[in-house]
Amino acid sequence: MAADQAAAPQQPTDSTNHGVRVVVAWIVLATIATPLVAIYVGPLIPPGNATVQAQGQTFTNQVMVSILTPVLCLMVVFFGYGLLRFRARRSDVILDGPPIRNDARIQLLWIVITSSIVLFLAGFGTYELLKDGSGGGQGPNPIALPAGHNSAYQVQVIGQQWQFTYRYPSLGGMESNQLVLPADRLIRLNVTSLDVVHSFWAVELGVKADANPGVNNVVYVETKSPTLFHVRCAELCGLWHGYMFNTGRVVSSTQFTSWATHEQKVFASIKHFVNRDAPYAPFYLPSTAERRAG
Amino acid sequence: MRLGMKLLLVAVAVLAAGVLIGFYVSNLTTLAGSPAYSVPVQKVNGHPVVNLEFQTVAAIGPKLSQNPDWVSYLIHTSGGWKRETVWNLPANATVHVTWFNFDGASGLRNPYLARPQGMVGNRVTIDGKPANAIDPADASHTFAVPALGIIVAAPGIADNAKNQCGFAPCPMSNAHRTIKFTFHTTTPGHFRWQCFVPCAAGWIFGFGGPMQTIGYMDGFLNVRA
Repeated sequence: MAADQAAAPQQPTDSTNHGVRVVVAWIVLATIATPLVAIYVGPLIPPGNATVQAQGQTFTNQVMVSILTPVLCLMVVFFGYGLLRFRARRSDVILDGPPIRNDARIQLLWIVITSSIVLFLAGFGTYELLKDGSGGGQGPNPIALPAGHNSAYQVQVIGQQWQFTYRYPSLGGMESNQLVLPADRLIRLNVTSLDVVHSFWAVELGVKADANPGVNNVVYVETKSPTLFHVRCAELCGLWHGYMFNTGRVVSSTQFTSWATHEQKVFASIKHFVNRDAPYAPFYLPSTAERRAG
Repeated sequence: MRLGMKLLLVAVAVLAAGVLIGFYVSNLTTLAGSPAYSVPVQKVNGHPVVNLEFQTVAAIGPKLSQNPDWVSYLIHTSGGWKRETVWNLPANATVHVTWFNFDGASGLRNPYLARPQGMVGNRVTIDGKPANAIDPADASHTFAVPALGIIVAAPGIADNAKNQCGFAPCPMSNAHRTIKFTFHTTTPGHFRWQCFVPCAAGWIFGFGGPMQTIGYMDGFLNVRA
């Protein structure tokens, strides 16, 4: 018995306060990194500031990154310190560490901090969403209505395999394969589909809304100065989903009027048929009509 | 195993996966069984001119496909009509298209696409007559290259037309419509083309089978310098 005790490896004794070291290193790193990330990285986060909603999303991303940076710093410091300080060499005898006991103060602090972060982000995100919809599809009965929504300029976005087309109800139901929007204007986009589920994603505008057949998915977006933006389908919708993209424009009101006048002339040859076969409606449903021949 | 060796193995595996994915993506169309056809180019006053002839048929037939009842495009090559839908065209060229449609009408889901656009003069001739739109309900197929803004809808043959084509390739003695138009290619690129009419008989909403398989109702224009 006495011989066994003598042969048993001794538990290492360590009086260093590793916790204090980790906390100090974390505070130093977070104090340096957080403002740098917020000031220099934040503004580079998409989607930019082409619209009020895009600007809001960029701000939200900045806030989230600023909150996440100290959390990331803590993880980096914690793991880095552990890897370096407690790294075992090949010659070391593998010993079981001292038993870990709970510390109610740390547990309470951990719960309070993480809960506060999560609750703040939930509240902040909800506030941002309810302000004006934040560029997301709100379904047929939107609740996050921006100021002046009753006079918003309406454009219908129609998805089909595999192209988006755009219809302007205020221009006699004119349809175009180009999305052109007037600058400095609140726009109401009515997003729908003729066949399967697509997702209308106007990247730089900060707009993303599912396009479902038989559903009018409403998005509000407030344009700013003239710019170009990219449109992509963000829902896997079949063989050529990856090719379902094009470019849109935000133009001055004068240019918009000029473009609309030209497009209406071009549209005139098909207007009768379009209004006969598919009069403007909030949504359309796929026809199950069989082929007549072939 | 040493750490360095482990890292090397991971790097090699990642590289190999990247090469395989790149190979698959770059050869997607070939792997899908639709080789590229280089359309012969003529020079007119030093300007490249291409005469592109294709036909659309209601059923491709057993000789040209394992899916004989699928609707399809065929291109006219020096070796006859072939089911190849990836076409090589020169950049900055004039492309004269002659399209023979042997299929009946299905109707367009979006009537807007019945207006020809993106070609010279934004108009086509149908059976020799100029047309700036067709009745969307009479549309049989479209030839559309969205990235180039080209959309042309072809009307179908009458339901009671005599001497309808059974299986491709269809001879000109069969009932057909002839659509002609001209467009210009611009810079080199890889442009997808497709039919927008839900014309796949027997599939839900007419958009399965040949509409979801490369080499029948869609393909690529490889515009090369």
